[in-house]
Amino acid sequence: MKLSNRVLDFALKGCGFDSALKGCGFDFALKGCGFDFALKGRGFSRAESAPKSMAALAAAGQRATPPLWPMPEKPARRAFHALILTFAVFLFMGAGDDSARFKDLGHRLMCTCGCGQVLLECNHVGCQSSEKMRNELLAALDKGNNDDLILQGFVQEYGPTVIAAPTATGFNRVAWIMPFVVLALGIAFAVHIVRSWKNRPEPALADGIPIPQGSELDEFRQKVRKETDV
Amino acid sequence: MSQIGSFALLLALGLSAYSFLAGFLALFGKDAASARLGETARRAGIATFAAVLLAGVVLVVAAFNDDFSIAYIFHHSNRALPAAYKFAVLWSGQEGSLLFWSLLLAGYGFVLRLRYKTDQRLFAYASVIIAAVQVFFLLILNFAAHPFAIMQGALPADGTGLNPLLQYPEMVIHPPMLYLGYVGFTVPFAFALGALIMKYPGEKWIQITRRWTMVTWCFLTIGVFLGAHWAYAVLGWGGYWGWDPVENASLMPWLTGTAFLHSVMMQEKRGMLKVWNMALIFATFLLCMLGTFLTRSGVISSVHAFAQSSIGTWFLVFIVLTMAVCTFFLIANRSHLKSEHKLESLVSRESSFLFNNLLLLVVCFTILWGTFFPILSEFVQGHKVTVGPPFFNRVAVPVALLLLLLTAVGPLLAWRKTSVESLKRNFLFPAVGSLAVGGMMILFGVRPWEDPSYFYATMAAVLSALVIFTVISEFLRGGRVIAGKTQQNLVSAMIQLCHRNTRRYGGYIVHFGVALVVIGILGTPFNKEVEKEMGFGDKINIGPYTLVCQSYTQDDNPNYANEWAIINVFRGGKQITTMYPERRFYKASGQPQTLPRIYPSFREDLFLVTDVYLVYEGKNETTGRPIIKAHLNPLVPWIWIGLIIMVFGTIVALVPNAAAVQVAATTPARAPAHVGAGGLR
Repeated sequence: MKLSNRVLDFALKGCGFDSALKGCGFDFALKGCGFDFALKGRGFSRAESAPKSMAALAAAGQRATPPLWPMPEKPARRAFHALILTFAVFLFMGAGDDSARFKDLGHRLMCTCGCGQVLLECNHVGCQSSEKMRNELLAALDKGNNDDLILQGFVQEYGPTVIAAPTATGFNRVAWIMPFVVLALGIAFAVHIVRSWKNRPEPALADGIPIPQGSELDEFRQKVRKETDV
Repeated sequence: MSQIGSFALLLALGLSAYSFLAGFLALFGKDAASARLGETARRAGIATFAAVLLAGVVLVVAAFNDDFSIAYIFHHSNRALPAAYKFAVLWSGQEGSLLFWSLLLAGYGFVLRLRYKTDQRLFAYASVIIAAVQVFFLLILNFAAHPFAIMQGALPADGTGLNPLLQYPEMVIHPPMLYLGYVGFTVPFAFALGALIMKYPGEKWIQITRRWTMVTWCFLTIGVFLGAHWAYAVLGWGGYWGWDPVENASLMPWLTGTAFLHSVMMQEKRGMLKVWNMALIFATFLLCMLGTFLTRSGVISSVHAFAQSSIGTWFLVFIVLTMAVCTFFLIANRSHLKSEHKLESLVSRESSFLFNNLLLLVVCFTILWGTFFPILSEFVQGHKVTVGPPFFNRVAVPVALLLLLLTAVGPLLAWRKTSVESLKRNFLFPAVGSLAVGGMMILFGVRPWEDPSYFYATMAAVLSALVIFTVISEFLRGGRVIAGKTQQNLVSAMIQLCHRNTRRYGGYIVHFGVALVVIGILGTPFNKEVEKEMGFGDKINIGPYTLVCQSYTQDDNPNYANEWAIINVFRGGKQITTMYPERRFYKASGQPQTLPRIYPSFREDLFLVTDVYLVYEGKNETTGRPIIKAHLNPLVPWIWIGLIIMVFGTIVALVPNAAAVQVAATTPARAPAHVGAGGLR
């Protein structure tokens, strides 16, 4: 079972939302999700597979699946589920009907006139490309094509640079992963620095005067505050 | 004219080269002869300014005289060009803007060399480094991008004119501001490198450059925001930031410069982060160079890289060379940069600065990574990919929100250690206030769970409110204490508070401005737009507004022909304004240009102010009617108000502190009050 499925399954069942969410639009909310790469990378397509899979997942229950984490006790467990659900909802949320799909897809494509702007934001005077591309997008939506198919069609016609952001395939994944890797490394480095600062020995005083510690230091600090504050 | 300009540039190169070489040699000697040599180098540096200024004046005069024998003037001006834009010709093209860069650098160098008595040795080092940068730019100007190159063949009757996108009042001030920022970072860079090379004792170099850095940062801030405003008011797509490589190039040094302004306080007050500060200021300078490289080289396609050529190689070599020099001295003299203190607690101002720096640099890295990924992709995969707004919005925005959280929490933390009680006491009002803002948004129909953009907007609103309430509570707390001691009213007390520690409270005002900017940005998910062909009396309904086409017409002048619509704007049945969206056709360049019109609804919605933004998209050739695109952009005006407050805050921070308040002996004794969490400053 895919990790994303298991995360949502775990969270939905734990909060008792598995039946409540059926047909309430949560499945549609996954369409147009900003984190589509997370779904696509796991074999979902944005428009069709993901909602079906999620709804089916919520309905089916799949109780045989072993838990991902050790189960906490009841109240804590419910809170834990709620936390995971919150995370999952924000990770996979979105909105979508046809006009929303047009808006979403139009913002995931670039105009090819050379203006360097997103398709739906190109107002380049006399731009022939954006008008043609918008019509093509509308036609593809009318045909009922799913988002992947539509984007593939544009890539075939205009080349890979027509997609406004790197896809979550092959080397392009690196584009998405690297900033978070740097963030993680940066946090680890900052924590290391803070620890090394904390563990650094106090500089020794030449005349052997003891350095104030604990409550004595707090007293000094209070005194200095009183003197330096207004 | 061109001979005078060319001679001035050659002379400037000679003088700056002398200033560099003589100044460099003088650094090694301690006798009277070396001192005299150093003095000649300083004077040569001053004379460089005069020579570059002469070249700049010659170019501007040539533009005003329509001297089309100079190729640069032919390509960037024409006879009908208004006078203000003829002045702006200086920075409208590649050669001119490089000359402008060089002129500003010479100007900064001129001021620095006049103030050399502050610390002669350190200033001598900084002067040599600035001279080296000056030599680089003058080499390019003389041998690769000569602004006084002569037109070949017959003298043309008129020029090809200025790019229509640049014929807008802001273009007269946006590039100078940006360049003042870019170039200005050379000064703190020169002092930092100089201090590192000479193992300058103490933190005095930071105190000397503090004002330089803040002024430079302020110019860069104004430049970045004016660029955004120009994109908003001229490009006519209804937005102000498109994550274009050139925009990114201006944002990156701003981010590292902002990190430097924060972390440098740790070095001043606690003797910590010395290596980090050096690295930050080096990175900021290199990113400024990288920005110029991106704008000029054409290595990355951009919507507004107005001048491109092969000088990118020059910049690349310079950047690599500078990086090598900086890295060498950073490693060789690292023992000089040891921290003097230890960290007492994780919950302290020091660690908040550390994490603030981390997040600023992660955002900067993300932008750099996204900007250069297309090149990397071409190298690895054999084809380019586009890294556009969806990437930056998804990756940089969450990190930026974390940064906003730290902006709110940081001022509540004291240096060294913050007690939990003081944190609770100081945090309660801002936290409750900001959560109330989030609740109100949900109450008014914003559903953060429906769409990621709504979620981000709600988070941004809550965190901005947190920043604002933090700043207000800090002012109120300090103001009350002063009011109690001096028997003044609260407002006077807060002004006095500000004057007593301008840097701290100026910084808070800047934070307040940043929060307003974020509020302006968070309106984006709620934008609306309608496009319609409009005949006489036709209407567009958008939000609470009704737009009625009163008429449409056209005009002609020597510079351009134009057509525009006259649109009356109604709200609640009452006419509130008339707008004139316009489209121009510039004759000299043969290029069309839209000119959107913007009405901010301050009179109708003071806090939820909305821009009514009209664009003349074109004309239906069959019916002759104009096609109007109407945008409703909520909250955008707060961005520009936020900028004004940020600039005001920086000016406050630049004002010297007032002397401590002398409390009269007759003042009644009161219980000691606590001013802010950061008592030890």
